[in-house]
Amino acid sequence: MRSVPAWARAYVACTVLAALACLTDLPGPRAPWWAVALLAALYAGCEQITRCRFVGHLAPRGMGTFFPVLLAGAFLLPPPVAALVAVPGALMSRVEQRPRALRRVWRAAQLVLAVWAASWTHGALGGRDAVAGPDFPYALLPAGAAVLTFCAVLTLLDGGILALAERVPWRTAWRGLLLRALAPVAAHGLAGLMMAVLWRSPYGPAAALLVLLPMYVSCWVFAQYHRERAAHQATIRALVQAVDIKDTYTRGHSERVGQASQMIARELGMDDDRAEVLRFAGILHDVGKLGVPTRLLRKDGPLTPEERRIVELHPEYGHEMVRGISFLGEARAAVLHHHERMDGSGYPYGLVGSEIPEFARLVAVADAFDAMTSTRSYRRGRPVAAALAELERCAGTQFDPVMVGALGQALSRCGWEPLVTTAPRGNVPAPRAPGVERATGAAADRGAAEQRAPERGAAEQRAPERGAADRGVVERDAAGRRGR
Amino acid sequence: MSPPSGPRGPLLPVLLRCLAALLVLAGLGHTLRYGLDEPGVALVFGVLVGAGELSRWRGAEGREQAPLGAAGGLAYALLGECAGRSTEHGVPQVVAVVAVGALLGCAPHAARGRGATADHLTRRVLTVTFAAVCFQPLHDSGLLLGWSGHARVLLLVGMLVVTALCDAVLAAALARARTRWPYGPLLRDELRGLLGIGSAVCATGVVMAVAVGVAGLWALPVLSLPLLLTQLSFRRYAAVRTTYRQTIASLARATEIAGYTPPGHARRVAALSREVGRELGLGERELTVLEYAALMHDIGQLSLLDPVPAGATAGLPTAQQRRIALLGGAVVRQTGVDTEVAVVVERQADPFREQPVGARIVRAVNAYEEKTREAGPSGPLRALEELRLATAHDYQPEVVESLARVVARDGLTVPVVG
Repeated sequence: MRSVPAWARAYVACTVLAALACLTDLPGPRAPWWAVALLAALYAGCEQITRCRFVGHLAPRGMGTFFPVLLAGAFLLPPPVAALVAVPGALMSRVEQRPRALRRVWRAAQLVLAVWAASWTHGALGGRDAVAGPDFPYALLPAGAAVLTFCAVLTLLDGGILALAERVPWRTAWRGLLLRALAPVAAHGLAGLMMAVLWRSPYGPAAALLVLLPMYVSCWVFAQYHRERAAHQATIRALVQAVDIKDTYTRGHSERVGQASQMIARELGMDDDRAEVLRFAGILHDVGKLGVPTRLLRKDGPLTPEERRIVELHPEYGHEMVRGISFLGEARAAVLHHHERMDGSGYPYGLVGSEIPEFARLVAVADAFDAMTSTRSYRRGRPVAAALAELERCAGTQFDPVMVGALGQALSRCGWEPLVTTAPRGNVPAPRAPGVERATGAAADRGAAEQRAPERGAAEQRAPERGAADRGVVERDAAGRRGR
Repeated sequence: MSPPSGPRGPLLPVLLRCLAALLVLAGLGHTLRYGLDEPGVALVFGVLVGAGELSRWRGAEGREQAPLGAAGGLAYALLGECAGRSTEHGVPQVVAVVAVGALLGCAPHAARGRGATADHLTRRVLTVTFAAVCFQPLHDSGLLLGWSGHARVLLLVGMLVVTALCDAVLAAALARARTRWPYGPLLRDELRGLLGIGSAVCATGVVMAVAVGVAGLWALPVLSLPLLLTQLSFRRYAAVRTTYRQTIASLARATEIAGYTPPGHARRVAALSREVGRELGLGERELTVLEYAALMHDIGQLSLLDPVPAGATAGLPTAQQRRIALLGGAVVRQTGVDTEVAVVVERQADPFREQPVGARIVRAVNAYEEKTREAGPSGPLRALEELRLATAHDYQPEVVESLARVVARDGLTVPVVG
């Protein structure tokens, strides 16, 4: 169990006290208790359904939780009673990480405060009469204000706990929290408003429940989307791990190139989608090595010119493989051209300067950087500063100076903390079948893979003939495959 | 934009289209003759339906493509009052307004030639007419006045459930006429789709009708948002599924790049397996599993000592075939794809009585593909003959016969190599 800092405990305790204070002012038996019970049961039920069906693939925060019920409560009931609706659901909700009890209490307290504030705002603006009327479009104003309050309270409390318990710096703790939460909560708020209006209408709670169905389907599909996306990423990783097995010098190289590519892309001000695509392009840049005989990839010592020609075919093999993956878009060119040089002495086409696609110039820098800084079986990795100096020395002849500069700035700002890919992630199960390559990146596995090396090497004897038949490959890159 | 008709000419779609066209003409004629009741309400609902159709998209699996348009149309059909005042629009006006809105909304799609617009509009008109015929006479007769709110909501829900079931039957029939795939699985897929976005559409339709009755037209934009959100989620889901399929296809090409199998083999086996699976009546989900498994069926060869000549595994000793299949299954498990896919890949070399249905199909189709490759014009017939001779143990007779029908339908063409 991770220790929770004392300050964070104090913070949670204060929040809980504030929440309890909100709940003290309960009205007597005149309150609409059956409505409270129904809404609370509904909210708890929604939380439980999410819990039992989508374990581990929960949609991001704010989408996965069912706010329409809480907000409908806030629009219907006086503040203390509305806040009470959140308590059972939050206390029973699923918590992934330890300490579970503390997290549940925290969640309940947070929701009580947020709902109380939303309900108070709504009531102060005369929302309850507007809902009972119903008085449209005026009813939208108190509802909007209540949603804003709800979001503000949630993000304020979230930021605090991030800073105290997760030790996120105070300046960055709140960054983007409100904007990210506002859009989904606004949609949930509109649904909540409609629920409240129907609840008060002659049609009663049955009609109100129907409002929840589209929201539920939406959340369900969203969770499906996330699951599918995770599976997709796992598949791409598996593709790359197949390369890592063949080329034992470069374990984890692909992931790190992806990471560095994404850093450079962010530094160049590309939007998130392009940076994400570039990360995949970086991860997949060497996938063509699947087509290169293992014997050549693992050979110690210099390669003969003919062997080098074969190894230099890998960008074209890789491009052939990723050609059909349309989401990669222009990043596919990065797979084909990541060994081109600015002065035209690279391969496969010997493109010069701006003829080389931007993504390819970017991935080339990331590739060389990781090749220099990572430790391989035949040498130690160089320090980051030395690698950067080397990149700068070659900028203009081999690398695009813009990309080198961007990498330098990104590194000076964020530092270089490579993700070490030691274990399969996502929903990749750990396969344990005899005779089949595993790619967990652990040292023990490396030994196992190398024991099997002769078998695989022999299996790929016929590839060289194909490589030798190829013509028009630039032979000048003396450094060949191992970075520069 | 009518789909190409088969040898027996699909009669049903033509009939349904004529019926829909007649209904629309009658509705328009009646409305023009007697004028619009509550023109404001009609205009807003028409715009909603039109906007819904405009935002239509083609899902990966042919589900409801314009949920907002559908919900808007159904809500108008079930509308009995607006902001507390009883409405007077009858069935003809409902048909006319929804048809005009849908036509206008579809026009840009039709102009760009996307999707089976005629079928889509036919379904929309017939479904909305059905719902309106169920509800409007009941409302006009005043029978509902004595009903409580709860009862009325339940009535509306019941009507929409029936409507949705009829719509599923209709959609499956239209799809059957268009594709000539078996009816059962198509209907099953449609009914399964009802549980997803279909339920959201029905719920929104009821809620819209009720909420407009209580709160007036302001309820429409407020209620459209959750449905749009659902549509957006479905869209992203469909997009990521497409991407995933492409990645699997690329992964399958690893064996080709590494020189183990001839180019295009995996893709051809996948396409043919899908056809055979469809012929045998598999549903959409099982077909996806089948397709992925067929794409990756040779991936076990990556761990082979020596490449099999031309990647043809069907001629190998059984033990060797099983070993490759097991290796392949292990690789597939590692990729994080559905375990059913891995099971199909693992079992592809077993005798058919021990295999799941997907593995039976992959085994037969793979053998067929390998035997016809470079076998000349008489290849397909000879390959089918060889498969038939092995139906005692290796290949399931039904699968081989289905394969023969699929191949015969496609004109016994020799697969193009490369």
